[in-house]
Amino acid sequence: MSTESITWLLPLPPLLAFFLIVLFTNRSKALSHSLAVGAALLSWLGSMIVFIRAISTEHLGLNPFESVINWLPTGNTWLQIGVRVDPLTAATLFFVAWTVLMIFIYSIGYHNYGQPKGEHDKAGLQPHGATIEDEHGHKHVVPSIEPMYSRFFAFIGLFAFGMYTLVVSNNLLTLFVGWEIMGLCSYLLIGFWYQKPTARAAMIKAFLTTRVGDVFMLLGIAYLYTSVGSLSYTDIFKPETLQKLGSTPAVGGFLGLSAAALIGILLFIGTVGKSAQWPLHVWLPDAMEGPTPVSAMIHAATMVSAGVYMVIRMYPLLKVGSEAGHLSLVMSVMAVIGTFTAIFAATIAVAQNDIKRVLAYSTISQLGYMIAALGIGAYVAVVFHLITHAFFKALLFLGSGSVIHGVEHGALHTGEKVDPQNMFNMGGLRKKMPITFWTFLIGGFALSGFPIITAGFWSKDEILAEAFGTGHWVVFTVLSIAAFLTAFYTMRQITLTFLGKPRTESAQHAQETHWTMTLPLVILAVFAVTIGWAGISKSFPVIGGILPNFVHDFIGSTLLEAPEILTFNIWPLVASLVAALGGLSLGWLVYRNQKEGAEDPLKLTLGPIYTVLKNKYYFDELYNTVFVRPAYWVADTFTNQILDRGIIDGILHFIARIASNVGHVFRNYFDKPVVNGFGDFVGEGIKKIGRSIKVIQTGKVQQYLLMALILAFGAMFYFIFTFIQH
Amino acid sequence: MIPLSWYLIFAAILFCVGLYGVLVRKNAIAILMGIELMLNSININLIAFWRYRSPDGIAGQAFAIIVFAVAAAEVAVGLALIISIYRRRSSVVAEDMNMLKW
Repeated sequence: MSTESITWLLPLPPLLAFFLIVLFTNRSKALSHSLAVGAALLSWLGSMIVFIRAISTEHLGLNPFESVINWLPTGNTWLQIGVRVDPLTAATLFFVAWTVLMIFIYSIGYHNYGQPKGEHDKAGLQPHGATIEDEHGHKHVVPSIEPMYSRFFAFIGLFAFGMYTLVVSNNLLTLFVGWEIMGLCSYLLIGFWYQKPTARAAMIKAFLTTRVGDVFMLLGIAYLYTSVGSLSYTDIFKPETLQKLGSTPAVGGFLGLSAAALIGILLFIGTVGKSAQWPLHVWLPDAMEGPTPVSAMIHAATMVSAGVYMVIRMYPLLKVGSEAGHLSLVMSVMAVIGTFTAIFAATIAVAQNDIKRVLAYSTISQLGYMIAALGIGAYVAVVFHLITHAFFKALLFLGSGSVIHGVEHGALHTGEKVDPQNMFNMGGLRKKMPITFWTFLIGGFALSGFPIITAGFWSKDEILAEAFGTGHWVVFTVLSIAAFLTAFYTMRQITLTFLGKPRTESAQHAQETHWTMTLPLVILAVFAVTIGWAGISKSFPVIGGILPNFVHDFIGSTLLEAPEILTFNIWPLVASLVAALGGLSLGWLVYRNQKEGAEDPLKLTLGPIYTVLKNKYYFDELYNTVFVRPAYWVADTFTNQILDRGIIDGILHFIARIASNVGHVFRNYFDKPVVNGFGDFVGEGIKKIGRSIKVIQTGKVQQYLLMALILAFGAMFYFIFTFIQH
Repeated sequence: MIPLSWYLIFAAILFCVGLYGVLVRKNAIAILMGIELMLNSININLIAFWRYRSPDGIAGQAFAIIVFAVAAAEVAVGLALIISIYRRRSSVVAEDMNMLKW
């Protein structure tokens, strides 16, 4: 099959799996997960074929695989949709296919396939565990299978469809379709345990917050379409189109921006929502209410990456207006927001106790890194970090899910009531869950940028080097501090979770998880290390140049003008090393002796700052006060009580009362006396006449005869007199 | 020859006798007989007018014969009705036959 046809077919298997599961196989759990995993496998296979063909094609950036069809007639022209595989698509497909497949497999184990049904489990709630009896007659509580097992696989199938659609599409319209499908699926999956009030609140929050971004993005797309007349990347990125957009003032002279800048900013707001950048970051930590594979799916492999992918995709447009040493407005905005988000989220992550929330804030922080890096023009470094981040963050999330699962197992076994997600209830899991430990360690080290070995080091180092090399000192400094904090909270997490002694009975009885969960961990761990070797800068001392810098050559060719290679500089490397190693050591030193029930040492050191961090800078409270409560007030007090019940209902009641009174008058003064009176009069009158003349009907024949006679005589006389007169 | 008026006066007297009988008698059979008298007085009129005014035509005789036939049929039906009423109510008094009223 041609590469184009394979690309067309890539998103279809998960969609098919979704419909088959929903319509036919949802009663059979085994069939449902086989369908979903089978579909993911097919898409994975197709993606790998496309990827291999893409990397073996010369000058793919100039001549991407592309295939379009006419889709929507627009007057004399057609709106075309299609697929396109250029180096960026190929690289994205690579990590999406791998992580999606791993997450699908992991979900089987995570939802306890093969375990008995729980006695008290209900649809819409987490499984509570089942009691079983062993051969000695002892009763054990073991994890029970998820009641809505098939539903989960249907949803993640649809989710994968959305992501594949987004990645392979060659235009902004189908990209947006995939984008929104993922928005829907994230809503459905965050609220997967919909009977939990927190999960319900989180799903609504995620949906509405991302919707804010999406509306602006749709505006941007619409504006772009009216200006260019096409949404396909090829048409938009033509140099003359870009130049025209750059020189046209924005509609209505908006703030003196050029059309390109306004479109860029609108599209970027979409990314801010989807990739959870400040100020729309609030939904992502709450999204941890969903099952852990969902967190991995949304927060690592797909949805948040989609936001970054979109801005990377639109980079030529965002770049319009930049000259040497001078960033375009959109890029400056991105650099500021990205940098701020990176440090902001990293500080919050330091003070979180929930193992998944730490990772959530770390994701926000890492996405901030990417946005900041794109803002300063480090195109290749961003793609590189996007890929490595997808792998090691998927690994970390799946690892944390495995940890939670292990601790839950212990909690069920001992009957202890502990929060299985709180890191202070863990400790010492290194010996209980060795595979999870080692893979989590690799993922954590990759996230902190542990030198040379891990992938995270290479991509993060490249971003720092770019920031340094292009002379953006503020960005460089802030990102370095963020890197230090990242290393610190990662080591804090690893130390609290795996090292030291178990702090609860549950942790003591934790158990390594099923192979369906550990196998994806191992595979992702391999990538978390090796993927970095594909992008070692040629100018790096000693080991640079041993392996070809595949990422730079391949990804860089997406752009029309290949990005220049930076010369090596020692300072970013030093900063990177200090941040990673310093942060890791500090984290270990502070938390290695954490005792059972003891306070977080940071709380003692930082005091009130810790409280602020712990409460996430009170952003939730702020938004609650500024947006949510006024919205409720407007809805309830203003719209419902004043406007609806007071004014609209008041007018209606007033009209109704007038009508009622008029009707009353008519009834009493017209209908009753006139109409009814006339009718009654006629009826009664006829009755009265009848009553008075009925006496002549005696039934006596002779009387009748007499009457007839008299009348006949009368008639006779009448005629006689009439004739006589004439 | 006897003048026509005599016949007519005779027929009128006979009609009045019949009518009187119909109006005042209580016995239904007597009423029926009154009706027969009235019919016959009409017949006398018809024949008299025929004989004196147009003896060439036969219309007068024909009418008289039709009246006979009607009278015979009427008597047959009327007597049958009276017998039937008598069987039911053991009475032939006309005043008792007052079922046909409100």
